Amino acid sequence: MKHTISILVENHAGVLSRISGLFSRRGFNIDSLAVGVTDDPKVSRVTIVADGDEHTVEQLEKQLNKLIDTIKVKALEPDELLSRELQLIKINASSQQRSEILTICEIMGARIIDISPNTMTLEISDTTMHLARFEELIKPYGIKEIVRTGVIAIQKGADTIKK
Amino acid sequence: MIKAAEAMVKCLENEGVKVVFGYPGAAICPFYDELTHSDIHHVLVRREDNAGHAASGYARISGKPAVCIATSGPGATNLLTAIATAYADSIPIVCITGQVSTDQIGCDVFQEVDITGAAEPFVKYSYLIKDAAQLPRIFKEAFYLAGSGRKGPVLIDVPVDIQQTMIDFDYPESVELRTYKPTVKGNTMQIKKVCEALKAAERPLICAGGGVIAADACRELRDFAEKTRIPVVSTMMGLGIFPTEHPLYMGMLGMHGVRTANEAVSKCDTMLLIGARVGDRAVCSPKFLAETTKIIHIDVDPAEIGKNIHVDIPLVGDCKNILGELSAHIDNAERKDWLEELSRVKNTVPHEDETQGYVNPKMFIRKLSAKLPENTVCVADVGQNQIWTCNNFNFKGGRFLTSGGMGTMGYSIPAAIGAKMASLESEVVAVCGDGSFQMQMMELATIVQEKLPVKIILMRNNRLGMVRELQTNQYGDNQTAVHIADGNPDFVALAKSYGINAERVCTMAEAEAAIEHLCESAEPYLLECNVWRNESTL
Ligand SMILES: Cc1ncc(C[n+]2csc(CCOP(=O)(O)OP(=O)(O)O)c2C)c(N)n1
Repeated sequence: MKHTISILVENHAGVLSRISGLFSRRGFNIDSLAVGVTDDPKVSRVTIVADGDEHTVEQLEKQLNKLIDTIKVKALEPDELLSRELQLIKINASSQQRSEILTICEIMGARIIDISPNTMTLEISDTTMHLARFEELIKPYGIKEIVRTGVIAIQKGADTIKK
Repeated sequence: MIKAAEAMVKCLENEGVKVVFGYPGAAICPFYDELTHSDIHHVLVRREDNAGHAASGYARISGKPAVCIATSGPGATNLLTAIATAYADSIPIVCITGQVSTDQIGCDVFQEVDITGAAEPFVKYSYLIKDAAQLPRIFKEAFYLAGSGRKGPVLIDVPVDIQQTMIDFDYPESVELRTYKPTVKGNTMQIKKVCEALKAAERPLICAGGGVIAADACRELRDFAEKTRIPVVSTMMGLGIFPTEHPLYMGMLGMHGVRTANEAVSKCDTMLLIGARVGDRAVCSPKFLAETTKIIHIDVDPAEIGKNIHVDIPLVGDCKNILGELSAHIDNAERKDWLEELSRVKNTVPHEDETQGYVNPKMFIRKLSAKLPENTVCVADVGQNQIWTCNNFNFKGGRFLTSGGMGTMGYSIPAAIGAKMASLESEVVAVCGDGSFQMQMMELATIVQEKLPVKIILMRNNRLGMVRELQTNQYGDNQTAVHIADGNPDFVALAKSYGINAERVCTMAEAEAAIEHLCESAEPYLLECNVWRNESTL
């Protein structure tokens, strides 16, 4: 089962290697990892999507909490989180195909951010599942390159990671 | 303004450090230069890992973080085994390493190694100092982290140019770490639950580990066990918490443990684990144990609870504090039947044979411990010699040190050096094998140079005995890479060449006489026991 875990950490040198080292050392599998500074420049927020059973996640949370740099660890429940992942896709696109692609993008909530005589570069930000669907639709044109960020997530409603 | 190197020394002085163990090199020279102006005594070891082990021995006896020092590159990498050893046994040491100049970091210059990176999996925390002004804060934090909560090694890597930088020195009075707040007091609800579970239990058992010693809670545990009449087994790291002959004490459990202890484990209906992490050598099949037994687990490290065994009642906090609470809230009990059942097993004394021309190591350890003073610090190395010591030493109130978690050969002599430095009034005895002795024999020089009356027992079986036994039992006796006789030196002559008194004994009668000499000697002393090559561990 996939688990989304948010971690607030001191923005120290080496903290990311401590976290990723912990994952590999303890045999936890990471699907994705995203890091960025928060409103407090001394604090970074790490979002990790990992695979494992309940016992594994409990262990993971405890081990993450044990790191000296960790301020807060929270495993976000799937039905109470909003998640996003950003993807940039470069596809083959002749001038005749452009309007068709544009329609797909409009319906799926993607944007066209660059264009060349034979290619288009698309941007989409949504859930991992939605991104996968978009990729399926766009695949027939010929994907030249894909880049994606890790998943970031936040709680629904008024709750925050701090409470 | 003072040089940061001088500030490093002042930090140590502020922490009350009296002795440090180390080995110099270019990248740590500014610090060594300043150290000469201090009253701190520097013990020059003969290899850096031994500085770490000596600091470990010192820390375990003094109860406070101890310091070891190495230079950059090979000096620092030599320290790694000692750091990992301390980490596995939760021993508080502060390791200071020199590093190449900040402007050269990352250029693969001479003796540059990323030691904070290399040590990352087995330090509690580490620092690479890049801003000299932060040095006092970092030292303060390092000592606090090493010695609080679940204790462990902390590494401070100090580039040589940082050591030369002028800074304002002001040692902080306290640390401010918003992220690190070890739980001390146990949760009241959980304490209540523990008391109820123990009250309801018919055959409860306490399993005490090294955490009890780390928390300085031996007295509290004894009081608690005596009040509730709950029998006690210990892990290897927990040896010495209970006097061996205490009526409630059933011995060491596990793969290398004694029958009484293992029988107690299999028969108990409720097990109170305290400061023990359910290591695989102590509890071989935790799944099976948890199915038949109610498990209560008390530990200062929440991550240990539920890691290796399913726990019914978790209780996080400092053992000393919690045991005090438990004793205050629990009723006295009798448990006559359960204790009688266990003492029947306990009182069957195993029969030992003497092999002609050899010293029986088990009988020897019993005889030795009977002659040693009560406050003896006994340090066992790793291998058969370790298990012989664990199961036959009669602990009366002294201390037992060994590398339990890592099983690091070569631990005993340097750790004994550290222990002796921390407690000059105690007798300190190291027990090792002929294999492990040769991993640390360079430290005879340190013993001599420091004039430390450390006593060494060398069990010579001309084998890497424990591996030999494994090969005998599990590889059809295909003995390979365990025969060391042809290379073994004359250990007595070797010791004497350092100026250390030494004797070789080949019979129990000779051994008994030699034990007298060892106990009487006010100087270092090495006793080589000729042990039969096929002697078994248990
Ligand atoms: C540094 C290290 N290397 C290898 C081992 C594996 N090992 C465990 S016990 C042992 C044999 C020890 O031989 P010796 O010191 O002669 O003691 P004995 O078992 O004969 O008492 C070995 C090689 C180890 N524990 N530590």
